[in-house]
Amino acid sequence: MDFVQQVAAWFADPANWTGPSGALARIGEHLWYAFLAVLGSVAIALPLGLWVGHSGRGTAVAVNLANFGRAVPSIGILTIAFTALGFGFLPGWIALTALGLVPIVTNTIVGIQTVDRDVREAAEGIGLTGRQVLTEVEIPVALPLIMAGIRTSIVQIVSTVTLVAVVALGGLGRFLVDGLRTQQYPEVVAGALLVALLALLTETALGAVQRAATPRGLRRDRSAGVAPGPPAVTG
Amino acid sequence: MITFDAVSKRFPDGTSAVSDLTLEVPGGEVVVLVGPSGSGKTTIMRMVNRMIPPTSGRVLIDGQDVANRDPAQLRRGIGYVIQQIGLFPHRTVADNIGTVARLEGWDRPRIAARVAQLMDVIGLPAPLADRYPHQLSGGQRQRVGVARALAVDPPIMLMDEPFGAVDPIVRTRLQDEFLRLQAEVRKTIVFVTHDIDEAIKMGDRIAILSNGGKVEQYAPPRELLSDPANDFVAEFLGEERGLKRLALIPVSEVAAEPGPVVRPDDHARRAEQVAGAHGTDWVVVVAGDGRLQGWVSLHELEPGQVVGDARVRPFALSVRASDSLRAALNAMVTSRTGVAVRVSGEDRYEGILTQEIVSKEIR
Repeated sequence: MDFVQQVAAWFADPANWTGPSGALARIGEHLWYAFLAVLGSVAIALPLGLWVGHSGRGTAVAVNLANFGRAVPSIGILTIAFTALGFGFLPGWIALTALGLVPIVTNTIVGIQTVDRDVREAAEGIGLTGRQVLTEVEIPVALPLIMAGIRTSIVQIVSTVTLVAVVALGGLGRFLVDGLRTQQYPEVVAGALLVALLALLTETALGAVQRAATPRGLRRDRSAGVAPGPPAVTG
Repeated sequence: MITFDAVSKRFPDGTSAVSDLTLEVPGGEVVVLVGPSGSGKTTIMRMVNRMIPPTSGRVLIDGQDVANRDPAQLRRGIGYVIQQIGLFPHRTVADNIGTVARLEGWDRPRIAARVAQLMDVIGLPAPLADRYPHQLSGGQRQRVGVARALAVDPPIMLMDEPFGAVDPIVRTRLQDEFLRLQAEVRKTIVFVTHDIDEAIKMGDRIAILSNGGKVEQYAPPRELLSDPANDFVAEFLGEERGLKRLALIPVSEVAAEPGPVVRPDDHARRAEQVAGAHGTDWVVVVAGDGRLQGWVSLHELEPGQVVGDARVRPFALSVRASDSLRAALNAMVTSRTGVAVRVSGEDRYEGILTQEIVSKEIR
């Protein structure tokens, strides 16, 4: 049996799918960790990005921090968090959340700041309060970019949840970590394929969500639904 | 009424945009702030709705200091139109126009009714209501901008080069429509432009500003044109000051002369007498019912002929009471008689205007 057949056999074996350490359960764990990390990222990054974008204060600091965050590998953050906190959910969650912050912060700031100056001035001039300028004008206009940021963040997190298996958490990473340790390479490859597939599916599904979130008046020449922006940041 | 009371504005970088400005904008009038760039005209306008706070001095609306008002609330009572318009790209035309009404808590049917009414008043076809700004022409966008500013019928309007971004033909049309609208609604308007001709056309009063927000002269356009306070004003008003002034004086303001008038059944001899008495070599032919028929040159009149049988030439141009003296002057230089003939709405002869009458007004 060659290697490809071995991988196929792994997928064909129902025992690999069911049970508490089967693929289905691992996919469930994987998505659950991803969900919690995305929640954390959005909860921190969105208000921060909105505030910085709206007030114009701290833009340089925020963007530089975000770029720094992008440069530091997730495995580095995970290692630091693990060193400080030991095994368990928290270090994994911290590493994933930190990873997810970057695209959301950057895209939110850029999105808000690309709102036309004249539009903002007119909004103030006809009597919108600062908060209303944000909620009625800046956020809707920036929404496609913000959504692109969240989408990138989710996809990156979904791919990277794999890592937290090294701090003894579940998820599809278990197949890679355990498979490597026990030299069950078909299992490693199967796990990797599942992660890739999951990330692709997430990306596709979110594309549809993002298109739906783009206000109609802003849909011209953005038929793909992906707002223009720094190429490194958009999904 | 808007009052600027010893208002100054210095920006943090040290530049003084406005210094010690005292100016009154009477209720129901269009006051145009005009001047070169750097004359602080936009800064002055933006101090009315607190978009820019003055460094010192007060801006009062009907005697109340705007500094004591909540900025957002103050602004909802003041229409605001800027050259770049700044329509909300994610909102339809109707939603753009209805923004302030919605913020003011109007219910939906009332907003919808007001939007429909405004679109009609401002000359926007009803089907445009559901379009987005990027689907409109430049002129249409300007109209939406004006409609949005008028939404809750504010007594005051601030307009910063509101017609600056459209081509000259559309601009003229928008200006004319706006003047017609203003004649009905009588808002108190602060209008900023750098175009002196627009200022003369739109303003009940014009403040000519020089660098640092100094008011060089504040007067109705006709007074400005006839008595510029200094060289700066005269230069800013430009060449052809006399002609510009004529454009502001209606024909009804000057007395027309009776002119050498004959009836179609008068004889050549009578025509010669009348023309002689007026020092002309032509006569105006007016029918028994007072209708203007044209003019006849004495050289083309046979002795003994009845005037009506001779060659009666029509006046190519005639003027009415509401036309300007500039239009009258144009009629004069176009006609071989050298005069402008004034008629009523029903084409009844009212007299002639001569170049002496016009040049008396220029001097």
